Amino acid sequence: MNTLKYQSQSVAKPYFIFAMILFVGQILFGLIMGLQYVVGDFLGGLIPFNVARMVHTNLLIVWLLFGFMGAAYYLVPEEAETELYSPKLAIILFWIFAAAGVLTILGYLLVPYSTLADLTLNHLWPTMGREFLEQPTITKIGIVVVCLGFLFNLGMTILKGRKTAINMVMMTGLIGLAVFFLFAFYNPTNLALDKYFWWFVVHLWVEGVWELIMGAILAYVLIKVTGVDREVIEKWLYVIIAMALISGILGTGHHFYWLMTPEYWQWVGSIFSALEPLPFFAMVLYAFNMVNRRRREHPNKAATLWALGTAVMAFLGAGVWGFLHTLSFVNYYTHGSQITAAHGHMAFYGAYAMIVMTIISYAMPKLRGIGEANCNKAQVVEMWGFWLMTVAMVFITLFLTGAGILQVWLQRLPESGEALSFMATQDKLAIFYWLREIAGVIFLLGLISYLTSFFITEKKATA
Amino acid sequence: MSESFTKGMARNIYYGGSIFFFLIFLALTFHTVKEMPKRDNRENITEAVERGKHLWEKNNCIGCHTLIGEGAYFAPELMNVFDRRGGGNEAGFKAFLNGWMNAQPLNIPGRRQMPNFHLNDQEIDDLAEFLIWTSRLDANNWPPNIEG
Repeated sequence: MNTLKYQSQSVAKPYFIFAMILFVGQILFGLIMGLQYVVGDFLGGLIPFNVARMVHTNLLIVWLLFGFMGAAYYLVPEEAETELYSPKLAIILFWIFAAAGVLTILGYLLVPYSTLADLTLNHLWPTMGREFLEQPTITKIGIVVVCLGFLFNLGMTILKGRKTAINMVMMTGLIGLAVFFLFAFYNPTNLALDKYFWWFVVHLWVEGVWELIMGAILAYVLIKVTGVDREVIEKWLYVIIAMALISGILGTGHHFYWLMTPEYWQWVGSIFSALEPLPFFAMVLYAFNMVNRRRREHPNKAATLWALGTAVMAFLGAGVWGFLHTLSFVNYYTHGSQITAAHGHMAFYGAYAMIVMTIISYAMPKLRGIGEANCNKAQVVEMWGFWLMTVAMVFITLFLTGAGILQVWLQRLPESGEALSFMATQDKLAIFYWLREIAGVIFLLGLISYLTSFFITEKKATA
Repeated sequence: MSESFTKGMARNIYYGGSIFFFLIFLALTFHTVKEMPKRDNRENITEAVERGKHLWEKNNCIGCHTLIGEGAYFAPELMNVFDRRGGGNEAGFKAFLNGWMNAQPLNIPGRRQMPNFHLNDQEIDDLAEFLIWTSRLDANNWPPNIEG
C-alpha cells in the first residue's frame, strides 16, 4: 500500500537504513570503550581507546547527519507540496557520503592515525587530530561537497514549492550546519585561536543550528500524528527556536571560561547558558500539549511515543544536565570531568538520536509501503526498544554523574598535594564504570529490540 | 499560548532575536581575539612548538587526554603536565617525556594502555616544547590544582 504523497520522498529510505547501521557500530564501540575504562588493556594493542572513541563519536555524528538528511528528503517535498528537485542527485550523494564514511572509519581502524594523516596528505592542509574533527581533510571536503549538493537539491525544491515555516526553519538549520562546519578547516598554530574557533563548529552545531533541525522535524511529526492546526504548531516552533538561539548563541560563552579569553565570558556564558534549558522545557510543554489536543488518533503510537520522549529526554540531557555544570564557578571544578561525559551522553541521545528515531518511526512504515503504521506487534517491540534504550541511557547518565561527582571531590576540590592523581582517582570510580557498562549492554539490547521491530510483519489471516 | 500572540510575532522575535544576539557574539569575538595576545604568549610559539602541535594532532592525543579540559576523559590532563611531571624544569621534563614515551606500552595487566607512537628524540622534544608552551597559557586560572 503506497501512502507516500510524493514518490521522491522515497530517497529518504537508504539514508535512514544506513543511519541505523552506523548506530549499531557506534554502540558496539561505545561498549568497547566502556570496558577499557575498567579493563584498561582490553583490546589495547588492537583497538586503542583513542581509536575506539574516534569511531564512537564520528559514527554518531555521521549517522545523525544521515538521519537529518533522510528527514529533510522526506519532509521537505511534502511540506513544499512538490516532488524533490532531483531524486537522482540525492541517491548519488548518498553513495558518496556512505563511501566516504565507511572509508574513513576503516582508515581509523586499519592503520595508525598518524599513517592515515600521511596517506591523506594532512600536511598540505592540517585539520586532523582535533576532537570530533578527526576526519582526514579530504573527508571533510567530501562532507562539504555532499552538503552543498544536498542544500542545492532542497533549496530548488523549496523554491518551486510551498514555503512553510517548517521548511524554512529546517533549511536555515541545515545551511547553518554547513556554514559552521567550514570552521573545521581553520586550524591555526596558536592553540588559543584553534580552541576558540573549534567551538564555532561544535557548540554552534549542537546548541545552535541543530536545534532548528530538531525543532522542524518535531513540528512536522507533531502535525502529522496529532492533526493539530499548523498555525499553532508553527507558532510554538518559532518561539522555541527563538529561545534556543537567543540563549544558545551567547551561551557559547560557557566554553570560553577556561580559554585564553577575557573574564567577561564567565558572566556572559553563565547567564545565557543558564537560559538554555528554557527552549527544551518549552518543547516538553508543547509536545504534550499538542498530543493532548490531538484531533485524530494516529495509528502510529510508537512515533508519538518517540516525539514525546525526545522532548523529555532532550530537556533532561541538554537542559537539566547541561545546567548542572554550566555556571562558571561550578564549571571551574567540573570542566573535563565525567560530569561532562554524563551530560554529553544524555543530551545527544535525547535531542538528536531520539529525534532521528522519531522521524524514522513515523516515516519508515510509509517508505516501506506498509501504510500509516506498523502492525501492533511491531510497534510493541519498537516501544520495548524505546524504553530499554531510554531507561538504559538514564542509568548511564546517572552512573557517569556519580563518577563525576566523586572525581571532582577527590581530584579537583582538594589543594595541590592533597588531591588524588587522575589515575588514582579513576581506580576509585571503577564501580560506577562497571555499572555504566552494564547499562550500556541494556542499551544494546534495547537497540536490538528496536531494530527487530522492523522485521516484524503481520501474520496473514490464514497462517 | 494566547491567540493575540500570533505566528508572525513569534517569527519576528526569532529572526530579530537571533540576528541581534549573533551580532553581539561577533562583536565579543572580535574583542576577544584582540585581547588574546595578552594571555596566549604567542610570541613564544617557536617552530618546535608548531611542530609539536602537529605531532599532538597527528597522533590523536586528544582521543584519550584532555588539553585545558577538552578532549577525552580517559587519561590525564596535559595542559599542566610540565608543572606536574617536570616541576617547571624544562630539561627535566624533556628527559621525563622521552623516557615515558619510549616506555610505552607499559603492559601492566589491567592498566589503561598508552600506545607507543614511535616518535624519535627530535619529535619528543618538539612535543615537550608544545606542552611547555601550553602550560604557560593563561586559561583564567584553570585547572584548580596540579592534578588537572
